[in-house]
Amino acid sequence: MRSVFLDHQSSTPVLPEVFEAMRPYFTEAFGNPSSLHQHGLRVREAMKTARQQMAALIGAESEEEIFFTSDGTESSNLAIKGVAYANERRGKHLVLSATEHPSVLNSVEFLEKQGWSYTKVPVDAEGLIRVADVSTAITAQTVLVAVHHVNHDIGTIQPIADVGRICAEKGVPLYVDCEASAGWLPVNVKDFGAALISFSPHRFYGPKGVGVLYRNKKARIVSILHGGVQEGGRRAGTENVPAIVGGGVAAEFARREMAGRTAHCARLQKRLWEGLKGAIPYLKFNGPAPGPNRSPLNLNLSTEFIEGEGQLLLCDLNGIAVASGSSCVSKSLKISHVLAAIGLDHALAQGNIIMTLGKDNTDADVDYVVESFARIVTKLRGMSPMWDEFERGIIDSVIAPTGRGKSFSEHAASVSGKSAH
Amino acid sequence: MSDTYALYNSTVMDHFMNPRNMGDIRDADGVGEVGAAACGDIMKISLKIKDGRIEDARFKTFGCGSAIASSSMATELIKGRSIDEAMNFSNQEVVDALGGLPPVKIHCSVLAEEALKAALEDYIKKHPEKAALAAEAAPIGQIVHAT
Repeated sequence: MRSVFLDHQSSTPVLPEVFEAMRPYFTEAFGNPSSLHQHGLRVREAMKTARQQMAALIGAESEEEIFFTSDGTESSNLAIKGVAYANERRGKHLVLSATEHPSVLNSVEFLEKQGWSYTKVPVDAEGLIRVADVSTAITAQTVLVAVHHVNHDIGTIQPIADVGRICAEKGVPLYVDCEASAGWLPVNVKDFGAALISFSPHRFYGPKGVGVLYRNKKARIVSILHGGVQEGGRRAGTENVPAIVGGGVAAEFARREMAGRTAHCARLQKRLWEGLKGAIPYLKFNGPAPGPNRSPLNLNLSTEFIEGEGQLLLCDLNGIAVASGSSCVSKSLKISHVLAAIGLDHALAQGNIIMTLGKDNTDADVDYVVESFARIVTKLRGMSPMWDEFERGIIDSVIAPTGRGKSFSEHAASVSGKSAH
Repeated sequence: MSDTYALYNSTVMDHFMNPRNMGDIRDADGVGEVGAAACGDIMKISLKIKDGRIEDARFKTFGCGSAIASSSMATELIKGRSIDEAMNFSNQEVVDALGGLPPVKIHCSVLAEEALKAALEDYIKKHPEKAALAAEAAPIGQIVHAT
């Protein structure tokens, strides 16, 4: 059976060159970078190179602006809580978009319990914020604005440079979560006007276990992990040296190969969407159309009349790895907050499938996915009462309304005795 | 692939991949369609009832793997049961027969129980005379185990 990995937003395989670069740091170069002897100094040097490689990827002026953390979640926790605590006396208000990653949303909600307040800027049906809304949300008490670059679910690219200009005018630092974009799309601290940027090498063929937080020296931040004075006192704890070294090499490759990788994925994205659209009726493409406002990796789809987890499972049984924002996939039984924020109909959110491409996917992979997915959808629709009821004119399609029957949501509410999410 | 890993146990996966009794019964004696308020899944069970017994049961499900497996297993379990036995059907039977479900998926088996009961209620509404007999035969609340 063909194996097609279409979940590059979740993680990517480590490049062979990255793996080779990491290898000595597990064995002969095992030293602790805080040690003052040869073993420590050797790995300290390797970490400095990695810092320079990370800085180069995002156009940072100096490697001293790069902190290593354990992953993206730790980076966003440090960015948000670190800035909030450092500026407590200045103000206790934060601004963020409604479609931030849970590590951002939940950090802000954690602060709310401790007396901070926040304003959540809404997004439109394609997941885009309005820059004017960010401007309006900023108050004299605002100490941080958090807007991600590319959305992890629907691939929307936010107008970050415009947000950066507003933040600069108002003198409020901007934190940009670039977890879904760094290594794939140009990320530049100056163009973005960002005081803080986070990204993770495992999203671009580097290892897990390392996250990166860029911090402009002008932005005040305090540590949220207490211990030694690693990472300039901003992140206590022994650094994950092999992952940091590998991450640096991955950043180097990503910078050099970015244009080629992106063009390859953009072409496959078009082929995949056109193939699926042609093979499967009642399929919706969520988020902005492929182009300047959308990540070239991401396809976020809603297959009407069937649920997402079943699609995911059958894809997996056919060797195809995908993700879903359906409530059945989530441990909280809630649909993805991103799909809720763009106001997607519940029926379509339940049928959600997320496919994210990578540099090693091929045309043959895409064609196999189109053919397999069409079969999977037919099988599940054959088992769905909604498909049958649609065909009999009892309920209507949200994607292509026929004018017959009631909406899925009305129907679902009448059979469950409660309105959907 | 030499090793495969599964989200659910092999019984659940089998009922998801090869569902039993999937479909609709034409001229069903009772049809129940219910939705889960928690997650938004929808399940429909239709029954053919003859001489007070469930002769045939079919399902259609809009839902996840465990919802499909739960409805498949529920229809398997209730075939051949009397109405009063079926009225005492519990979701736990589905869970046990499937060899367990993840905690977050137990509500899928509850949905199967509710769909079955909705189908029985539909039948009783259409045939009130049968309901009286059923009530006589089995007091409400009696626990019936699968044989």
